[in-house]
Amino acid sequence: MKIKLLDIAHGRSGDKGDAANIGIIAYDDRGYEIIKKHLTAERVKIHFEGICLGSVERYELPNLRALNFILHNTLGGGGTVSLKLDAQGKTLAAALLRMEIEI
Amino acid sequence: MKEKIKIASGQGFWGDLIDAPYDQVTKGEIDYLVMDYLAEVTMSILQKQKNKNPKLGYAKDIPELMKRILPICVKKGIKVITNGGGVNPVACAEAVADVAVNLGIKDLKIAVVVGDDIKDDIARIINSGCELNNMDTNESILTVKDRLLSANVYFGAFPIVEGLKLGADIVITGRTTDTGLTLAPMIYEFGWEDSDYDKLSAGTIAGHILECGGQSSGGNFLGDWQNIPDLAEIGFPIAEAYPNGEVVITKHPNTGGRVSFQTVAEQLVYEIGNPAEYITPDCVADFTSIKLEDLGNDRVRVYGIKGKEATGFYKVSCSYQDGYSASSSLTYSWPEALTKAKAADKILRKRLQNLNLKFDEIRSEFVGYNSCHGPLSFQLEEEKINEIMLRIAVRSHDLASVERFGKEIAPLILTGPPSVTGFAGGRPKPSDVVAYWPALLPKHLVKPEVKLISLLQESERK
Repeated sequence: MKIKLLDIAHGRSGDKGDAANIGIIAYDDRGYEIIKKHLTAERVKIHFEGICLGSVERYELPNLRALNFILHNTLGGGGTVSLKLDAQGKTLAAALLRMEIEI
Repeated sequence: MKEKIKIASGQGFWGDLIDAPYDQVTKGEIDYLVMDYLAEVTMSILQKQKNKNPKLGYAKDIPELMKRILPICVKKGIKVITNGGGVNPVACAEAVADVAVNLGIKDLKIAVVVGDDIKDDIARIINSGCELNNMDTNESILTVKDRLLSANVYFGAFPIVEGLKLGADIVITGRTTDTGLTLAPMIYEFGWEDSDYDKLSAGTIAGHILECGGQSSGGNFLGDWQNIPDLAEIGFPIAEAYPNGEVVITKHPNTGGRVSFQTVAEQLVYEIGNPAEYITPDCVADFTSIKLEDLGNDRVRVYGIKGKEATGFYKVSCSYQDGYSASSSLTYSWPEALTKAKAADKILRKRLQNLNLKFDEIRSEFVGYNSCHGPLSFQLEEEKINEIMLRIAVRSHDLASVERFGKEIAPLILTGPPSVTGFAGGRPKPSDVVAYWPALLPKHLVKPEVKLISLLQESERK
């Protein structure tokens, strides 16, 4: 069965220099088990091919049913150096929620 | 000791809702109003203003705001803490003192925290053996020393606490961490020690929840955002803090927005790195220890927080001039809007190439199609695309190239694809690219100073 990440989680993203941070929060415990299992750093790196040019780190916050991802070399230089319209990666949480997961 | 204090967020950044601090001091009872004005880019802008006029360099909104809220704060005993002093906290405090004098307020103490500005102190620091190496590239600051625009140490809560101990009603700082603004009143009111790591971490996390204003009370919420009540009259977050480190996040009654497990959780994961080690000058907080309990009625209990001793370093943020950039846009309508925009982009790039201009980067985005999500964007059926905005931006160390780029946009209207509009505001002017230089500084090499500013008539000041 295929599910949309958007249906089981929400989140927020922002910038840390040229890296973006994306926090993804599951709506319930079952959703957290799904994202914990399927939303690996490798999977996120592949999802953002052409956008994230560096490595992806993943951290778990089971207390918030959340995962935090750091996407290095992603914002075109970051800060005021970046020429991107979304220089601070504000829309990248929504971009990650485009993902569909086979469970 | 008070059994609880209420700390209200009044501003999430410089440019936030003008009336938010006024609402916080009028729509309910609070003890402290905290306002964060400083983003990294703000410091370099303020430094430029101070270079032109030594009486400037702080958030100019503050005196104007104080005119409105100071009489209310004095009457209700609300203390105000802000980092809007920017690169000139003393001038900011003097401007606020002038406001107080003009309002006929006599009994007011204003403290300032200075010492964070190390721009003119780099040589001494380097001589002391710290080359302020870039945290990302490990290069010495000497490589950009001549182009430095600003250099500031992030101080934490304790210098503010010192100001409160001097009896200050208002504390104005330069570069202080956003979280320190909220933590400071808790340390002061509850007598926490600098070794109460769990409590300091709890106050720090409360500060992280408050530091972006309405972002924790229903703003920019990616869950069921359509159902957030009355965002037009959003209530900014308030931390109800208790001596044991527990905090309830809430907002004033009869305001819009929402405070829930989900709205608070979204803010907690915002702009964090390793959640187990959230490093501030005051402590290292563990976000994986946070427990949230949604109490209903826009109240969320935050408890169970653990933390560790702070590191021996302050974070330093420097900015330096790193070339020029410009951006511009043109809008193409149906039919074949995307194809026209792509053709215009190709024509422009060919012209730039023929001119032998030098760019570090040229970036084209098609707004309405892929400017946010790039390659993840859905393919669109050309027949159903109503319009596309071509946004093109360049960056270069060669000012002349960026200037010439600005002159090549408008001609596309008469010499490129048809049904084009939206070129307003004239040729785009080059703006300075300001780059950041994050570094660490051993704490003993710099010392925060706290002093009281007296209420004098403007004419009495030298």
